[in-house]
Amino acid sequence: MTLIDWSRGQFALTAMFHWIFVPLTLGLAFILAIMESIYVKTGDEKWKKITKFWGKLFGINFAIGVATGIILEFEFGTNWSNYSWFVGDIFGAPLAIEGIMAFFMESTFIAVMFFGWNKVSKKFHLISTWLVAIGANLSALWILVANAWMQDPVGMMFNPDTARNEMVNFWAVLFSPTAINKFLHTVASGYVLAAVFVIGVSSWFLLKKRETLFAKKSILVASVFGIITSIYLIWTGDESARQVARVQPMKFAAMEAMWDGQSNAPLIAIGILEQPAPPNENNDYKEKEFAFKIEIPNMLSFMAFLDVNAFIPGVKDLVNGYTDPGTGEVVLSYFDKIKRGREAISTLKNYKEAVNAGDNATAATYRAKFEDKQWMDNTFKYFGYGYYNNENFSGLIPSVPLSFYSFHLMVALGGHFLALFIVMLIFTLKNKLEKMKWLLYVGIWTIPLVYIASQAGWVLAELGRQPWVIQDLMPTLSAVSKIDTTSVQITFWLFAATFTTLLIAEIKIMLTQIKKGMTGGH
Amino acid sequence: MQKGRNILSKIFYFYYDGFRSMTWGKNIWLIILIKLFIMFAVLKLFFFPDFLKTNFDTDEQRSDYVIEQLTNTSDE
Repeated sequence: MTLIDWSRGQFALTAMFHWIFVPLTLGLAFILAIMESIYVKTGDEKWKKITKFWGKLFGINFAIGVATGIILEFEFGTNWSNYSWFVGDIFGAPLAIEGIMAFFMESTFIAVMFFGWNKVSKKFHLISTWLVAIGANLSALWILVANAWMQDPVGMMFNPDTARNEMVNFWAVLFSPTAINKFLHTVASGYVLAAVFVIGVSSWFLLKKRETLFAKKSILVASVFGIITSIYLIWTGDESARQVARVQPMKFAAMEAMWDGQSNAPLIAIGILEQPAPPNENNDYKEKEFAFKIEIPNMLSFMAFLDVNAFIPGVKDLVNGYTDPGTGEVVLSYFDKIKRGREAISTLKNYKEAVNAGDNATAATYRAKFEDKQWMDNTFKYFGYGYYNNENFSGLIPSVPLSFYSFHLMVALGGHFLALFIVMLIFTLKNKLEKMKWLLYVGIWTIPLVYIASQAGWVLAELGRQPWVIQDLMPTLSAVSKIDTTSVQITFWLFAATFTTLLIAEIKIMLTQIKKGMTGGH
Repeated sequence: MQKGRNILSKIFYFYYDGFRSMTWGKNIWLIILIKLFIMFAVLKLFFFPDFLKTNFDTDEQRSDYVIEQLTNTSDE
């Protein structure tokens, strides 16, 4: 494995562990706020106990997970220094806002949430709980805005003197459709995860015939919350897919393992690829046929462009270039983009050499290109392709099997969660839940499944966009710091050990508190 | 909390009493502190120096280095 592989592996490990803790915080905070609202509205002490019990689990998850994301920032500076420099203040600004917001909103109001029972008024406590939920979600907004910019870089201007991208339009970065969809879809996945978590834990109580009233009330809230947020998740997922089709067509093609483009493209409902292997060592891409598939006619075209006749380019079309039969739009081949990328790189190099040589006239000629919108839009836009050539272009194609399976697993499990919420709600309203043992077992076993779905979403978003760290501008191979591979290997295993310990601690403490039921302090 | 305290001491005692009356939360705080120690006193200090800040003194040197890295494509 190379330095890039270890650096990517280290980042993926850290981000995936971090993402184990975050979604439960995002969703459980709102479920708590809803439960406490019922308590304040009804004055029923049972709801207070219920809120405090789930608050305890929220606190454990929050405490173990808090600050695990900071390690990602360490890695930017050490392992991805070219990237960190290149993105300039665009990545830094949202992260700084996140840090300030997280510190003030969460730390202040979380203290009220845990220490404030019977010390502050009911209403103030309730407001604090809602503010914790809103604050946690707003913290997620900023990191997701930064991530969205990497997938769809907008609102910036490249400065060839510093090799940094400078933010020229904060609002374009904040409100880019990719950022909005990414935020909404990601937090929605956290809501669904939390709803499944509450249902799973409550199902365990029902199977053990303990805390039955508490468990049924919790399932009632979680299943309603789960139904609403699942529908919202599907809607935002649909919007996200449309966005991916527009700005990351290669990821979209990989998601559907679509090698040859077509109009009236079908959606693969279920499919198994023949050989799950990455592009081979001859630097050529290897087409994977389906061993088995069930298609929904026209659905992919409709999903991507709300038009059943729309043309969806496949991997081969994107590599070789194509003309959209519907719109007549000519899309450049990867080979043309590589050529343009190389021109952009050599222009930057020549500019810097002219500046260093004191050749002001030549430097001005090159500098002018970076100020020419047309050149920036037609040539510099493909800067990142310049690191590839006509032999190693397969590096520009993400892993099709990984993208395909992670997408389909996420969608299939999303359907399972919605079905579970509906069935749980029906049997809760019929007051027959305790008799449905099989359903209670499904509730418990859906907890690991919801974490798998959540991670699959992350895998799709991040591996599906490979090789890009910044879409079309910077691939991983130019973003990585040239440091000793051994040091990356050491920190990789250090993280693996630290995070595994944290995860085991979380699970153990949570299980202990769950077994105790609604007794115990804070 | 005692009456007659000003707002700052009220806030202080709010936190003080809260931490003092913790039961299972004390273990959580221990984990948080150990975690933060590992992250900032061990990982950040010994394993995660800022590459550009450590190796270069000025932003100009850093940008020169990054431009050199970005423009040195292997097969040129």
